[in-house]
Amino acid sequence: MAYVIEGRTGAWELVIGLEVHAQVISNAKLFSGAATDFGSAPNSQVSFVDAAFPGMLPVINRFCVEQAVRTGLGLKAEINLTSVFDRKNYFYADLPAGYQISQYQQPIVGKGVLDLDMPDGTVRTVGITRLHLEQDAGKSVHDQHPAKTFVDLNRSGVALMEIVSEPDLRSPEEAGAYLRKLRSILRYLGTCDGNMEEGSMRCDVNVSVRRSGEPYGTRCEIKNVNSVRFVMQAIEFEARRQIEVVEDGGKIVQETRLWDTTKFVTRSMRSKEEAHDYRYFPDPDLLPLVLEPAWVEGIKATLPELPDEKKKRFIDVYGLSPYDAGVLVADQERAAFYETVAKGRDPKIAANWVTGDLFGALNRSGKDIAESPISADALGGLIDLMADDTISGRIAKDVFAEMFETGKPAAAIVEEKGLRQVTDTGAIDGAIAAVLAANADKVAEFRSGKDKLFGFFVGQVMKQTQGKANPALVNDLLSKKLKE
Amino acid sequence: MSAAGLIGLTLAEARDGLAKGDFTAVELTDAYIAATERARVLNCYITETPDRARDMAKASDARAAGERRPLEGIPLGIKDLFCTKDVLTTAASHILDGFKPPYESTVTSNLWRDGAVMLGKLNLDEFAMGSANITSYYGNVVNPWSPGEPGKWTRTLVPGGSSGGSASAVAFGAALGATGTDTGGSIRQPASFTGVAGIKPTYGRCSRFGIVAFASSLDQAGPMARTVKDCAILLRSMAGHDPKDSTSVDVPVPDYEAALAGSVKGLRVGIPREYRVDGMPAEIDAIWERGKAWLRDAGATVVDVSLPHTKYALPAYYIVAPAEASSNLARYDGVRFGLRVDPGGSLIDMYEATRGEGFGREVRRRILIGTYVLSAGYYDAYYLQAQKVRTRIAQDFTAAFEACDVLLTPTAPSAAFGIGEKMDDPIAMYLNDVFTVPANLAGLPGLSVPAGLDEGGLPLGLQIVGRPFDEETVLRAGAVIEAAAGRFRPAFFGLG
Repeated sequence: MAYVIEGRTGAWELVIGLEVHAQVISNAKLFSGAATDFGSAPNSQVSFVDAAFPGMLPVINRFCVEQAVRTGLGLKAEINLTSVFDRKNYFYADLPAGYQISQYQQPIVGKGVLDLDMPDGTVRTVGITRLHLEQDAGKSVHDQHPAKTFVDLNRSGVALMEIVSEPDLRSPEEAGAYLRKLRSILRYLGTCDGNMEEGSMRCDVNVSVRRSGEPYGTRCEIKNVNSVRFVMQAIEFEARRQIEVVEDGGKIVQETRLWDTTKFVTRSMRSKEEAHDYRYFPDPDLLPLVLEPAWVEGIKATLPELPDEKKKRFIDVYGLSPYDAGVLVADQERAAFYETVAKGRDPKIAANWVTGDLFGALNRSGKDIAESPISADALGGLIDLMADDTISGRIAKDVFAEMFETGKPAAAIVEEKGLRQVTDTGAIDGAIAAVLAANADKVAEFRSGKDKLFGFFVGQVMKQTQGKANPALVNDLLSKKLKE
Repeated sequence: MSAAGLIGLTLAEARDGLAKGDFTAVELTDAYIAATERARVLNCYITETPDRARDMAKASDARAAGERRPLEGIPLGIKDLFCTKDVLTTAASHILDGFKPPYESTVTSNLWRDGAVMLGKLNLDEFAMGSANITSYYGNVVNPWSPGEPGKWTRTLVPGGSSGGSASAVAFGAALGATGTDTGGSIRQPASFTGVAGIKPTYGRCSRFGIVAFASSLDQAGPMARTVKDCAILLRSMAGHDPKDSTSVDVPVPDYEAALAGSVKGLRVGIPREYRVDGMPAEIDAIWERGKAWLRDAGATVVDVSLPHTKYALPAYYIVAPAEASSNLARYDGVRFGLRVDPGGSLIDMYEATRGEGFGREVRRRILIGTYVLSAGYYDAYYLQAQKVRTRIAQDFTAAFEACDVLLTPTAPSAAFGIGEKMDDPIAMYLNDVFTVPANLAGLPGLSVPAGLDEGGLPLGLQIVGRPFDEETVLRAGAVIEAAAGRFRPAFFGLG
């Protein structure tokens, strides 16, 4: 069922395209040798090239090109063996050269695709229009002085990949899924850390509305939205705003808007008439970028297994549900953690413990998988204790909690607390005898046909053994005893 | 040797004299420091650096015989478009007020590496935009060939531009050689106007790193000196691949001086018929004819060739160069270095005040032209079209070089003109570059060599254009003309 927004005059469809600016993971900037260390003192990561001093010239950083190609390959996109760097001209204090070096008509990466795994289990394929390399600008700091603006050029010249989607997205949820999937792929590839809060991944959102089956409406662009949640909220708000304008007999004006993160509205920033004329032209300081096919093939050979392939393998090899597989592969470290746990063990039980107990506990404590107090091997150890009947599943939950708390191995906790499962039929028989003796009335009721009381007896026997009795044995012996 | 005698030596002679111990680098440098002072009337230096020059000369003299470098103790002037570490670098613009670069250009680094001595920074047209050296914020440069007494000229002639300070200093004897840059003729045209030799090498031969950019796809550094041989010696030191300039080309730098020893026997000299322009003085035509004859006498053959797109070169140049300049000059915004004029309003107010006051008329004109031709809706009609023309012009040369090895043309359509002439008509001024611009558009090496004097006693140059990276043949052909034509010096040369 397609996502629509009901207006006063009927249903409206959304058309959404995203432009993501992903900061390239690299020790040095795109065209200068300067470092890219974060959180450094202002203007401490700046070369004369980044500050656009007279006579300074850009020289392309080979590694950044490799990262862009790697990303293109990860998006199953065409790699353009010849691409061109252009100058995008505009004046601003944090753009030292008065132009940004970008790629305009001949980007390094052409058309690709991204598959979205929707919550209902379906897959939506979204087109990638292009990916190009460009420089980041510096940062204007407005809150250090009542009248003056400070400029920090640490970010100036840092490599960005602008990844543009086709207008294929149709709902805020799809936009969110796109961003999460893209981020996941970038992280798998090691080409961008995908951290939207810190600004290493930023998103411009293009939104328009139309009646189903009609051509595209006029779009508005919402600049620099910095979280998945904000992107989804901004789309929702903007679509409703546009519907209201159109339904009130107005026209959508093509413009750039801003997402107000406190009022949860989009506000007009500049109209099409006020838009910059960037005067793009090929940067004469740089030759066209020409890649050797063999070099590209070499990068292709080193690509990691990406989320889609990994998910398919988890389903095929481990027999996991598409949902569980999707949850596990969303993050490379989580997937690797799972595979360590699953090695030589029941893969579905391993998946239940990882996605259920462990992810739940991590979420509650706000911890990352890398900070998990329980290692993959330790969690495997716990599962092993259940598999060989050393402990019961119920006890295992307690042991897990203890492990998460203390970081101790499962076996140590079981020994220390005497949680080893009772499999000695004599001891269980004794407990059963005691329970039946103490509840003679209920035994009579059971025997006269009140079958439901069986569970009560099990519970009492488990209580008597402090939960350590093997549940299967208890069931077995109890039913024999009650039938006597 | 007397100071005047020292000034009279060519670079090659001075080098050899220093090597033999006939005089010291300090003596030579002191003679030139005195000459730069006497040359102040020409306004060829923006900044003189005598202390640095003496220190460098002393260091040269302190070197043992076995450690001598190719340019040991040779005093040079540097066009003030090259960034020189801790020395004021102005591009002859108000907007770079007080700018002392914390780095050195690659070309000047190469010269100092080879032992050269820096006399100072030479005047030029603002941001190298001009053909008469009248657009400098630091005032116009005077051509030492101006008639009359120094400072009391009867007619004040321009030295050409944009490397007018370099040309004037070399012609007068206020530097043994100088660096220039050539975007549309800025080495060759002033060389012609002042009777010195100057070569714009192939695009990519010299690094552009540390040279204030005018039009990046056309700018190229080159030497200006009294003889072709001196140019050959300087070029060898200036040239070379530089990883800091992506457009510099990684090809070996030959020994240009040694190449001069070769003959031009069998060399095919092309005469492009499109270079006969209406209204060109008969004297220039006559000198051109003489040039052909000299080369023929030396064993070369002269052939007619055609460069059919020549007439589109100048219009294309005046689109491409301003377009690149409008972008290259965006960095002069008053934010990080140089002049800042802050009227106390918004950022835009500061930009407008700084750039309005910091740039002269010609620079503003070219920024406006460049901005216009790159604008949405005009890009295809101007910039893109100009790039297509550029391709055609390069193809013209490739085709012509099937039939010949070098081209021989006049360097400029006139001799040096008076200050004040052509100043109110930018188009007439732009026509100065009609013969030199095509080599820039095609990236080819071009040399201007003095070939004679006109009726008024003013020098005229001939231009040799060659195949990419074939500076050796260009220099060799130029040396033939030089040998036949003789050398020319203004009446009031050096220390008089």
